Amino acid sequence: MNAVFRTILQRLGFGVLTLFVVSIIIFTTIELLPGDFAKSILGQSATPETVAAFQRQIGLDKPAPVRYFDWIVGVLQGDFGFSFASAGALGGGQARTVLSLVAPRLANTLFLASMAAIIAVPLALALGMLAALYRNSLFDRIVNLTTLTSISVPEFFVAYILMLFLAVKFPIFYSLANVSLDTPFFERLARCALPAMTLVLVIVAHMMRMTRAAIINLLASSYIEMSRLKGLSPWRIIYYHALPNAWAPIANVIALNLAYLIVGVVVVEVVFVYPGIGQLMVDSVSSRDIPVVQACALIFAVAYVLLNLLADVVSIVTNPRLLHPR
Amino acid sequence: MSGNGEALLEVRGLYIEGESDEVRTGIVKGIDLTLHRGEVLGLIGESGAGKSTFGLAAMGFTRAGCCITAGSVVFDGVDLLNISDAERRKIWGVRAAYVAQSAAASFNPAHRLSEQHIEAPLVHNVMGATEAKQKGIDLYRRLRLPDPEHIGARYPHQVSGGQLQRAMTAMAMACGPDFIVFDEPTTALDVTTQIEVLASIKNIVHELNTAAIYISHDLAVVAQMADRVMVLRYGELVEEGETAEMLANPQHPYTKSLWAVRSLQKEEAPGEDVLLEVRAVDAAYGDVKVLEDISVKVPRGRTVAVVGESGSGKSTLARVITGLLPPLSGAVLYEGKPLPPALKTRPKDLLRRLQMIYQMPDTALNPRRRVRDILGRPLQFFHGLNGAERKRRVKELLEMIELDERFLDRLPSELSGGQKQRICIARALAAEPDLIICDEVTSALDQIVAEGILKLLLRLQDELSISYLYITHDIATVRAIADSIVVMYQGEIVQQGLKHEVLTPPHHLYTDLLLSSVPEMDTHWLDDLLAERAARKARGETVLESADQ
Amino acid sequence: MTNAPGTNPDQANAAAIAEAAPPLQQRSRWQTAARELRRAPLSAQFGMIIVLFYIILAVFAPLIAPYSENELVGVQYAPWSDEFVFGTDQLGRDMLSRLIFGARNTIGIAFVTTLLAFLIGGSLGLLASILGGWADQILGRAVDVLMAIPLLIFALVLLSIVGPSWINLALIIAVLDSTRVFRLSRAVAMNVVVMDFVEAARLQGEGLSWIMAREILPNILPPLVAEFGLRFCFVFLTVSALSFLGLGIQPPAADWGSMVRENATLINYGDITPLLPAAAIALLTVAVNFVVDWFLHKTSGLKE
Repeated sequence: MNAVFRTILQRLGFGVLTLFVVSIIIFTTIELLPGDFAKSILGQSATPETVAAFQRQIGLDKPAPVRYFDWIVGVLQGDFGFSFASAGALGGGQARTVLSLVAPRLANTLFLASMAAIIAVPLALALGMLAALYRNSLFDRIVNLTTLTSISVPEFFVAYILMLFLAVKFPIFYSLANVSLDTPFFERLARCALPAMTLVLVIVAHMMRMTRAAIINLLASSYIEMSRLKGLSPWRIIYYHALPNAWAPIANVIALNLAYLIVGVVVVEVVFVYPGIGQLMVDSVSSRDIPVVQACALIFAVAYVLLNLLADVVSIVTNPRLLHPR
Repeated sequence: MSGNGEALLEVRGLYIEGESDEVRTGIVKGIDLTLHRGEVLGLIGESGAGKSTFGLAAMGFTRAGCCITAGSVVFDGVDLLNISDAERRKIWGVRAAYVAQSAAASFNPAHRLSEQHIEAPLVHNVMGATEAKQKGIDLYRRLRLPDPEHIGARYPHQVSGGQLQRAMTAMAMACGPDFIVFDEPTTALDVTTQIEVLASIKNIVHELNTAAIYISHDLAVVAQMADRVMVLRYGELVEEGETAEMLANPQHPYTKSLWAVRSLQKEEAPGEDVLLEVRAVDAAYGDVKVLEDISVKVPRGRTVAVVGESGSGKSTLARVITGLLPPLSGAVLYEGKPLPPALKTRPKDLLRRLQMIYQMPDTALNPRRRVRDILGRPLQFFHGLNGAERKRRVKELLEMIELDERFLDRLPSELSGGQKQRICIARALAAEPDLIICDEVTSALDQIVAEGILKLLLRLQDELSISYLYITHDIATVRAIADSIVVMYQGEIVQQGLKHEVLTPPHHLYTDLLLSSVPEMDTHWLDDLLAERAARKARGETVLESADQ
Repeated sequence: MTNAPGTNPDQANAAAIAEAAPPLQQRSRWQTAARELRRAPLSAQFGMIIVLFYIILAVFAPLIAPYSENELVGVQYAPWSDEFVFGTDQLGRDMLSRLIFGARNTIGIAFVTTLLAFLIGGSLGLLASILGGWADQILGRAVDVLMAIPLLIFALVLLSIVGPSWINLALIIAVLDSTRVFRLSRAVAMNVVVMDFVEAARLQGEGLSWIMAREILPNILPPLVAEFGLRFCFVFLTVSALSFLGLGIQPPAADWGSMVRENATLINYGDITPLLPAAAIALLTVAVNFVVDWFLHKTSGLKE
């Protein structure tokens, strides 16, 4: 068991290191800002005093490593600083914390993403396995063509098509998913229907193709042929011989695609005007609200790194060579 | 040892076609086969003979991409080709079993050996779990596996190659099948490990009166195991008969040529002018020491054969000499002067004079370059030849390796294995070297083709006075080509000297093991060898047996 | 010779068939290419025709489009008519013409960006595979870290700093995407680097540039070409997505992504006009994917 623990710890360590470096990158990009951006935020007519106060407020007077350290310590305690947008608008008065802006949005996005994942993952795995088992059959060819088309199409296209046909022409669903904190659960589900459907369509296509490829690869192994020669039924071969070796590749497929989900969510939220973290990020980028952009980027990166870490841990834990060393 | 007359399996007029890249080719073209109860039938042939496909078809099994287009496979009265998949599955693993070439790839890495062993008896309702496990332990004992009570609890990657092969044999016998197809079971093993596995298989097949089809390209091995032999070539039957009779009196010219191959012998000639000397070399990969105090002398125009099994360090020695792996201590001297240890620091002329030929012709040639470019480049690089002069020299090289102009424009994929290896030789010759290191250059070739290459190498040595450092694990090749021999075992030299010195007793223990482990074309060889070893043990002499037990 | 241990049954099969077959007759490259094209499945042929069509549109845009890119020719949101085949957009410009010019801009940027990504990622990947050791480790770690941030997100962050302009867009996406190309080219190059003929070349004194260019590169071209197609699709979709979000190609340039955004309100009235640029994006990507899929199937040699 030691080998397993050691490997997992190594992987975790590397994950933490990656996050650390990522946070530095996200922070450092701010250093690339042209010097007088404060003016561009506050407006050309801002007085020197306001500019100075603003700069002090966001800590621009301190050297970079100190600012980074302050920021990171704050982040680890949940304090992401203050939003520029409010600072500018209120001219140095009470600014909204980034956390208060981001937290509810993050909750919304997680809700939407979970909804999509719960439907998409089992569906994609099942379709992928069936396609691999019956490869080159009519079923497989149709599914292959459909998914190939699906992954080639931009998310906003799928989103608008669904909106057009399922909300405008035939008003079955809501065309805009504007939920708020006190929306009741079932209404929330209903409003998220179209965005979730869009995400599911995109994710299922990718995931199904990868699952199919992974299973086909697995089925080509010599020990699978050996199990056929022992007269075992196809079902036994799949669940006793193929599946135990499939966890690692499948975990990888799922992790990769959930990462797709993270990115797809941004476009979908904009199309359906869903108050999630993706839309927040896009708006903040347009308004150059840097602390919010930093916080959102950090959150996305953390989610991404964690997903990959999870996939790696699953591969480690299901690897018989590591579980039972010589 | 021979069958008791009752026909168990009758294959008639079998035709199998394979489809690759939408082109159909015949793999097996109309072969008949009869197998009696308790009989061992040997299938011999070179690659492309279709033996593996045929062996599987004898069980009614075809791989993806192959289909049986004609013929019948009647097993105990039932035509396997005419029944449903479900019916066939009832036979596979129970009454007909298969032992694959690579045990490491054929065991599921996720399950223990015993779990996989009892699977077939359980699933086919032949016996209960406890009984199957007990029978398994018994089989392991009979196959002489170490610690038979507990070895089943291990995972495949925790067990060595030879042991795994025997475990796979045990798994095939779990339900007590009527016949087993052995598909080259010892080809991937070292020759010293092979002995134990061969003996185990032979005994257990005999004890349980199981019929067997034993597929191999190694005639001597088949001679030990089989009662009758069938010789296949390009999917057709060439000759068949009782083993002893076929060995003594082959009828067909092809069979005769297969038998004769192992008789090539070189006249040994000691040499005085030392071209290359390896002096007290130690080498390591990271922390692991792989070579210990190696000293070898290669005279001009002579062949030094370096013999050893896997892990002996023979290939590492080649890497040290060529400069790919600088040694920890010691030196390599060329014409008396020390060679710069790292490849990068050696001058072009030195690189020119030391050439290397590899084992696998498929990976030794760039698949995207034509023969004229492959041969032309060293001519241009080392000798500055261009234009018409270079063309002329390329043609000369082709003649030297017994090929002609037609081959100039070919890509490696358009050449056979033997032709590719000849191009590799020509590439080495183009530099006009003094010494060529041959790293198992004939090990991946069929025997007849290999013989051709050996003859070519000998002729070139005669004409051009090239020295060879010939690395191999095969004793017959050593006899054919060497002047002196170096025997290596686990990174050390255990014995070296002129050919006749090393090959005649008394030997170092390991040399003795190595030499005696090479199968002879004699049906009693295996039994005699085992009896002799047992007798020596009984007399109290030390007998070295393979490390992989 | 019989199979090396560990080859899977399909490879063993192919080897057996290859050995048993008579020697191949030689075909020139053109003959082989022509034969393959004729045997390509319907989807691949369809894909190739579409791609050709788009290339013609992009190259000959000024000759094909009825009006110019930014000319105000009518009222806003005019319906489809004989005068304006797809109506007009939110400023009164002809949709059809902007669609045609959009081909140039969108495809052009995507192509240039992909090319750049390939030059950077491909050469670094090759280098890493040959040099090995420290260089390989450092490059690998750097790429791992860069890839830890999803591309779209990272691009958004950088664009928020430097502002969207088509040069920034191309450079940022090219550098970020080169990491994926690095991974692939390193992986396929590694498969080739361990082959004996590369070591043979080294032993014959060949220098680094020769080995990279003449020994390794020709043998990794098929997967690289396929990957070019796939990465082009990805970059194309990303550029469109960024433009859709308002952070990509800026107005007044005609660009399919921004055109969707600009005319999105029409959806609420049941008009499919804003879907046209989206469909244009989808069609090209689908076509390229069909062709790449067939190409991969042909060159991977996997028995399916």
